[in-house]
Amino acid sequence: MAKKRSSTESFMTLGHIALAGWALVVIVPLLWTFASSFKTNSEIFGDAWTLPGALRWENWAYAWEHARIGKLMLNSVVVVAFSTFGTMLLGSMAAYVIARYKFPGNRFFYYFFISGLAFPVVLGLPSLFLIVRNLGQTPGIGDFLGLGTTPGLVLVYIAYSLPFTVFFLTAFFKTLPHSVAEAAMIDGASHTRLFFRVMMPMAKPGLISITIFNVIGQWNQYLLPRVLMQGRSGVEDKYVLTQGIAQISTTAGYEAHWGPLFAALTMSIIPMIVVYAFFQRQIQSGLTSGAVK
Amino acid sequence: MRHGKYRFVAGFLALPVLLYVFYVWVPFGYSFYFSLTRYRGTDVPPVFVGLDNFTTLFTDTPEFWKALTHNGVILLIMPLVTIVIALIFAFFLNVGGKAKGGVTSGVRGSKFYRLVFFFPQLLALPIVAVLFQSIYRPDDSGLINGALNKLGLPKIGFLIDTNIALLSIIAVMVWQAVGFYVVLFSAGMSSIPKEIYEAADLDGASRWTMFYKVTLPLLWDNIQVGWVYLGIAAFDVFALVDVLSVNRGGPSFSTTVLSMEVVNKIGAGNYGMASAMGVMLFFCTLTFAAISLRVTKRESIEY
Repeated sequence: MAKKRSSTESFMTLGHIALAGWALVVIVPLLWTFASSFKTNSEIFGDAWTLPGALRWENWAYAWEHARIGKLMLNSVVVVAFSTFGTMLLGSMAAYVIARYKFPGNRFFYYFFISGLAFPVVLGLPSLFLIVRNLGQTPGIGDFLGLGTTPGLVLVYIAYSLPFTVFFLTAFFKTLPHSVAEAAMIDGASHTRLFFRVMMPMAKPGLISITIFNVIGQWNQYLLPRVLMQGRSGVEDKYVLTQGIAQISTTAGYEAHWGPLFAALTMSIIPMIVVYAFFQRQIQSGLTSGAVK
Repeated sequence: MRHGKYRFVAGFLALPVLLYVFYVWVPFGYSFYFSLTRYRGTDVPPVFVGLDNFTTLFTDTPEFWKALTHNGVILLIMPLVTIVIALIFAFFLNVGGKAKGGVTSGVRGSKFYRLVFFFPQLLALPIVAVLFQSIYRPDDSGLINGALNKLGLPKIGFLIDTNIALLSIIAVMVWQAVGFYVVLFSAGMSSIPKEIYEAADLDGASRWTMFYKVTLPLLWDNIQVGWVYLGIAAFDVFALVDVLSVNRGGPSFSTTVLSMEVVNKIGAGNYGMASAMGVMLFFCTLTFAAISLRVTKRESIEY
């Protein structure tokens, strides 16, 4: 018995060391980035494990003005706001009729949406690039939907977010009770009214999870803007944050502004920490909900 | 009312279906077609060349083989390492603490650990990539080499040594993914009834025995899901290679992956070859999904 106790104790010690070690592996790089944001170039290329000589907020100012971190974030906010809203609206409409209405082709439409999950985005990428490029040459709509346009990017985000959203919400709408819907129909509510006034409020928990999932996924999207946000004059002004950060990292090299690069990184990490601090439970369940289903 | 119902259904489906066909299904379809053509995206229409693009890929495109191999290496290493680390941490977090009357509990601070471990998952890959560019710097201005230097150990050329550049990138993937699976597995573990652990404890089982004989089998479904997710992620790698590696897949193609090569071919205006590689990537993903669903299929245990 004594032997077992001591082995359990050494097991616990081992566990504590491993957990604390990994926590450091996560936290130290983030703190180091924060510290480096105040460093001069020579401090940055000196010993990594020294603190900055002074709090040089001018690095932050430089990143904000010249690297246009504020502008990049605003672009990302605009893109994600519209695309998540569009994804949720269109996704829940499709999922709702597929889950709750009997009509010919119901199964077909279900598989039509969710089979997109089996295809990697990269497969369609060359043709998607050409399609969006050709849209850009179409008179009238070209300036809105072609390469390097924000609405064009938003529509692509929505389309590629639909399969998972429809998959998740179809399952969710199926779990909602039928009695409430029947009562509303007897009271003379139209189908549309039933959806917006009764079913959407009832589906709130599911909608919140998948909204968080889409916001984070679209905020962090890099492949699509990397390929689609180009080929138009002034497109740099429309870059999203992920694209901008990748670009800053290359320009920091030849313009030798390393402190501001770290300031830019810190500024893009801080909002995530703030959001996470407030919504960590919802974020964890929202992101893992995909795997649990 | 019947009539109104169908009008309503059609009205709700029209817009999502239209958008989805146009931006998702049409490009997928075209990519299969373009993969059989030579097409530069100009006014000259695609020229049908049969399987020529694939022949060129297999016989005359060394970067394709390298990319394919690297996706394979990532597929072999990354999911396994991530799942093993995440399982161990999740186990410590849930049953690593003091035993109270036979009931084991999580270690102290398990909430804090879960919170911290999960955070990297929220960071966009380009941000993570730029961060690790500095962490991996080859002299003592890099976070890791700076530490190695202080300990008197030799420096490591994480991103510039062709032998370890890919492993360095895989390590970043693991760094980011572990927390997600810790949370996922923790959720699975907390739904395993405490009585089973109690019984095992009474029978004199050590913690490791509990892990192998109780936790692992009962968590099999979660592990299977994690495996498939991470495997698909292994084929999707792009941002880390594009931003973190030297010269987008270098040095000398030692870190390139299929998506990187597809994007490069798009940049070069070679849409036939880009599509052919996309099609190859699709078949790889499909094969992996089919095999893993078959292999991991196992009687799940009811409790």
